Amino acid sequence: MNTSVDAMAMDAERPRTPRVAPHATHKLKLLLRREFWEHKGGFFWAPIWAGGISLLLTLMALVVGEVAARRALASGKMQVDGQVMVNGLDLGMITSRMDAEDMRRLAGGIDLSMLTSSMWPMIVLGFVVFFYCLGSLYDERKDRSVLFWKSLPVSDRDTVLSKVASAVLVAPALAVAAWIATMFAFLVLVSGFVLAHGGNPLTLLWGPGSPLANAGVMIASIPVYAVWALPTVGWLMLCSSWARSKPFLWAIMIPVMAGIFISWFDVMNAVDLDSGWFWRNVVARALGGVFPGTWIDVANTDVLQLKRPGDMIHQGALLKTMYSVLATPQAWIGAAAGVAMIAASIRMRRWRDEG
Amino acid sequence: MNTEIRNGSPVVVARGLRKAYKNKLALDDTRFEVPLGRIVGLIGPNGAGKTTALKAILGLVPFEGDLKVLGKDPRTQRDELMNDICFIADVAVLPRWMKVKEAIAFVAGVHPRFDEAKCRRFLEGTQLKPDLRVREMSKGMIVQLHLALVMAIDARLLVLDEPTLGLDILYRKQFYQRLLEDYFDEEKTILVTTHQVEEIEHILTDVMFIRDGKIMLDAPMDTLGERYTEVLVNADRVEAARALKPVDERALPFGKTVMLFDGADAARLGELGETRTPGLADLFVATMKGTYA
Repeated sequence: MNTSVDAMAMDAERPRTPRVAPHATHKLKLLLRREFWEHKGGFFWAPIWAGGISLLLTLMALVVGEVAARRALASGKMQVDGQVMVNGLDLGMITSRMDAEDMRRLAGGIDLSMLTSSMWPMIVLGFVVFFYCLGSLYDERKDRSVLFWKSLPVSDRDTVLSKVASAVLVAPALAVAAWIATMFAFLVLVSGFVLAHGGNPLTLLWGPGSPLANAGVMIASIPVYAVWALPTVGWLMLCSSWARSKPFLWAIMIPVMAGIFISWFDVMNAVDLDSGWFWRNVVARALGGVFPGTWIDVANTDVLQLKRPGDMIHQGALLKTMYSVLATPQAWIGAAAGVAMIAASIRMRRWRDEG
Repeated sequence: MNTEIRNGSPVVVARGLRKAYKNKLALDDTRFEVPLGRIVGLIGPNGAGKTTALKAILGLVPFEGDLKVLGKDPRTQRDELMNDICFIADVAVLPRWMKVKEAIAFVAGVHPRFDEAKCRRFLEGTQLKPDLRVREMSKGMIVQLHLALVMAIDARLLVLDEPTLGLDILYRKQFYQRLLEDYFDEEKTILVTTHQVEEIEHILTDVMFIRDGKIMLDAPMDTLGERYTEVLVNADRVEAARALKPVDERALPFGKTVMLFDGADAARLGELGETRTPGLADLFVATMKGTYA
């Protein structure tokens, strides 16, 4: 109280720059923007490139398929329903002959190929976040720019939390956006192909498929990702804040060595667990959590009902499976460990003396 | 608290600071004060504890002892303190990926006392264009940008640790010139360390010598002339002069000797030979004799 009164008296007396402190959310916004400026290549361009390359591969596959099919037709080796097709493949005929069950399978197949063929940005996301966290508190010490950041009125807590938010929210959101964009581009690409073969893309693709529901599933995966990635993010950032050099080696070696040690001496038997438990729940969670989908191990996949090979995936079931992860103790114990390690990183950044 | 400061009470008060690294004491019962509205030079040989003292003031390292900066403890109140303190700790620490416009936008966004227009004015006429990245700049340009950012912040204490190391003489001169002309006023305090003693001598108002973590000398610049005298003594007067206990002497060619006296009677010194006020560098060398022995 004393300080604020004095500060006001002070400001009244001399014309200092107005002391309207930037609002906390404004600071956070700038901290996030700062991370984006620095890591635009990984956060923004990498998923786009990944999506672009996967589209290119799809296009190449279509062209190769087309060429092969035409060659087969030309030599009369390929027949469709006992009738040799002229003028290429007639896809219009395929839909006209399908019954309801076929349509359902087609829909599921289209949705699945939409989800998978465009998920490259998400694989790239895993690598981007992994190396981002590993460098997040190390690089600034290495190039000494931490001295600049620390000369500004931004607390270590806010700085570290902005980096966590970049890793578990900003980067995944951008990757999901790239995923969705790739999915639609994929549909357009395949539509062109279908059109070229006399099929109607609306009845064959856009009708039975459900791109919007797919997009919903993708967006809904972000919170699950955030919770599931926390232990890995925490561990990598802790190594990043602590290692004097080679944070990558430390981050990998410590859990892996611990795992080897435990497997070797069967330490886990003492508490009635096998060493596989340690690898699954400690090593994998400390290193692999930033890769989307690694939660499938604990997810409840029963709702998917993939009992027969022909069974298809539905968005609702997919969503249920994904969110069943948030009902497991593994997710929350891991998240708590992650939060503890992030707190340790904040402390480390506050007091670390580079000499 | 601020009332006291306005009345000339110190911006920094340090009592019994202690900081030990593995094999040596960087701060050893260090005590000093930095008054308001002064430009204080903290000068010492390598490894004397200069940087550690500054890092303690900035709350960057843990230490023992009693330290108040603007009435706050930098260990526990660092986050509030940084609204009023600014520092350039080492040259060229701006992140290499950053663009000029990003640096300005960021500081403007997080610092309540940053004046963006002022910063742009400082950058006018320089080669620092908004889209230039730090990695594309020369060392001198990086310091130019850093100084422009810092000078646009209306801080009460500015700490500079070797701010011009490795810069050429043009940039060094320009650096201190700008600081004096466009930044410093009686409400601000600057604490600076450097090895280039001669270059900052004329801008300092106070000087502190530090050696092995202890303050050896702490005096306003204008009292140095009253206290210290340098005498050019002829060979035949050397014994008489030595009787007055010079703190330092060094021989010149042709039999003359330069002696440095601390607090000796001016009239008697005048009889011994030609007298003058010693430069800061000479004083420093005399005080630090035997440091690296």
